Amino acid sequence: MKHRIFALLTALLLLLPLLFTLVACGNTEDEDEEEGEEVVVPAGTLVLNVYNWGEYISDGFEGSYDTNAEFEKYYFEKTGQKVKVNYSTYATNEDMYAKLKSGAGNYDVIFPSDYMIEKMANEGMLYAFNPAETVENFQYINEDFKGLYHDPEDVYSVAYSYGMVGIIYNAAMVDEEDVADESWDLLWNEKYRSKILQFNNPRDAFATAQYLLGIDVNSNDKADWDRAFEKLLEQKELVQGYVSDEIYNKMESGSAAIGTYYAGDYITMVAENEDLVFYYPAEGTNVFVDAMCIPANAQHKQLAIEYINFMLSSDAAIANAEYIGYACPNRLVYEDETYQEYMGEDGMAILYGSEGVNDRYRDAAGNPIDPAYHDFTPEMQAYVNMLWENLKTENSIEVWIHVTAALIVIGAVTLIVTTTVMKKKRMKDYFLHTASDGAAPAKETAPVKEPASPKETAPKKEPTPDGASESAEEKTSE
Amino acid sequence: MKKKRNLMQSIAAAPHIAWAVLFILMPLFIVIYYAFTDADGAFSFENVTGLSEYASIFGLSIELSVIATFICLLIGYPLAYIIARSKPKHQKLFLMLLMLPMWTNLLIRTYSIMAIFDDGGFLNSLLGTEWHIIGTKGAVIFGMVYDFLPYMVLPIYTCISKIDPKMWEAAADLGCNTTRTLTRVIFPLSVSGIISGVTMVFVPSISTFYISQKLGGGTFELIGDTIERQFVSNALNTGAAISLVMMVLILISLSIMNRFGEEEGEVIV
Repeated sequence: MKHRIFALLTALLLLLPLLFTLVACGNTEDEDEEEGEEVVVPAGTLVLNVYNWGEYISDGFEGSYDTNAEFEKYYFEKTGQKVKVNYSTYATNEDMYAKLKSGAGNYDVIFPSDYMIEKMANEGMLYAFNPAETVENFQYINEDFKGLYHDPEDVYSVAYSYGMVGIIYNAAMVDEEDVADESWDLLWNEKYRSKILQFNNPRDAFATAQYLLGIDVNSNDKADWDRAFEKLLEQKELVQGYVSDEIYNKMESGSAAIGTYYAGDYITMVAENEDLVFYYPAEGTNVFVDAMCIPANAQHKQLAIEYINFMLSSDAAIANAEYIGYACPNRLVYEDETYQEYMGEDGMAILYGSEGVNDRYRDAAGNPIDPAYHDFTPEMQAYVNMLWENLKTENSIEVWIHVTAALIVIGAVTLIVTTTVMKKKRMKDYFLHTASDGAAPAKETAPVKEPASPKETAPKKEPTPDGASESAEEKTSE
Repeated sequence: MKKKRNLMQSIAAAPHIAWAVLFILMPLFIVIYYAFTDADGAFSFENVTGLSEYASIFGLSIELSVIATFICLLIGYPLAYIIARSKPKHQKLFLMLLMLPMWTNLLIRTYSIMAIFDDGGFLNSLLGTEWHIIGTKGAVIFGMVYDFLPYMVLPIYTCISKIDPKMWEAAADLGCNTTRTLTRVIFPLSVSGIISGVTMVFVPSISTFYISQKLGGGTFELIGDTIERQFVSNALNTGAAISLVMMVLILISLSIMNRFGEEEGEVIV
């Protein structure tokens, strides 16, 4: 009886959350909102679902500007309509893409990078809202960030933030003459063996070699990628590691002397270690643009346009640009004096001083090459992944690992085999003894084992005195 | 009465079954589905047959986890034995000390190891040396041992502490010295603990990606890193195929170990 009550209680307890969710679902249906998880919204409030990169908006932390709250206030004052911004974040373009593609999330504003915008637009996943006509503040966007390859007609996106890859070195550890030519070559300098950091993702790592060699980063020619691969292989023995966010620690603490990362992140690093210096490699480098877009299946497209417009207004844009630390394509930001003061002269020079860095990035015929990453075809993606794996596995197993692992396995196997054999032998001896003693009961448990054991132990059959004593002992202990 | 009780039982079991279906069977099915389809969703063996490229990564992962598991056993067994043989009051303290590092998040612990052993990191600046530790296989093995040691000690400890104290007395009465008691009585009796310990260390070691990424300096990849990268670069099918093969490998090695354990079990009983 007790058991039954307990079981019932447990079952009820476990069912409770389920009941709650059912009730909660019922509530949201009343409000004609299909938010799923977002439940506590008063009637009549519109919900705007914003899906952004992590740490990519000023969020009111420690008294800073709270973009989403300010938008809610702004919109209420403007229209009298209550809005709730339901803000969530993602870590990679691919995560965001997968979520939208699978239909698992319903979003109104997203922030994809250039190549992802191209891909999503091609797949019809973006809403063509034509910002030049619908978004008032679009006029403040720098002309250089309009009509980019991923959105040549400017119908799908409004640039939000951009950045470039450059080389960071520690002036206390690197000689002046080695950086005089401001080249990618520094990452291949043998003098700094084990002090060099390379990107730990195939796209950026291959690009360093491609810019250096003057190869198109979007080449569909496998031979081009093979050449870049050879170059990276040459570099492998020089690098201390392939890193992503670990670069902050390693550069700041001086455990590495040379690395390559984004300009905006360098500003964070130099605040911790004054010896760090940054330059844009002369051979050309990657530019990425993250832009605001509206998914084709967004529920509140008009509200999303309002939000994008708000993000471009002076206060919000400056707060966000200061928070993110990457360059902002908005004139209201980079021409603003308080912003310039906040970034400092050096910061401004680095973030916005990238003009002309890609002048030398040209093909054999002298035509400029597009330094931005385009989306791979599935075939190229697979090929690049394979090259990357080859790079990682090249000479990666050292002999001592083979030897040690083999020894352990051999040891374990011998241990298992010898103990099994010894046991069977012991069993056999034990039964022989008991049988010769004329003790019947032991025999009843024996038959299962007996047929197998004589065969197995037959070659090893050496009735040594030691074996005898062992079996005797076993017998007594049992 | 009996029927009613069965109903009760099934009600009580329902949430667990639902859980198992939702979070164990369905994901497994999805992995299998992706492993045997290509990017367009058509049936294909290519993902699995193409895995020979990853053989060396598989090999390295297995070798490193075998070594790490062995070191864990070497350190963990005596430790478990010592804890189990100490006074009950001390046992609690020792166990708490053992668990203490686990109260800190695994990622933070791993990151801290990196900061300590890095070139120009805490250790090197303290000793004024230039040891290159992070970025070697040794560092990854160290990370595995450090992170997973408690999983080895706990099951062995439980096993040894459950052994009836009379066994020791009996062995001594029958003329066994301490070493012999240990090798002939205690060790065979604790084999089941060793096997679960080995399993609990080997499986997370072979599938880890964070430890190798941070402590290996990214200069080589373990199979966990490869899987992670496949999924990040949206190559779901290959990623699923590697996961599937790894699951099968783990399953095989576990069944081998368990067979050995069962045989031991027969003798123990």
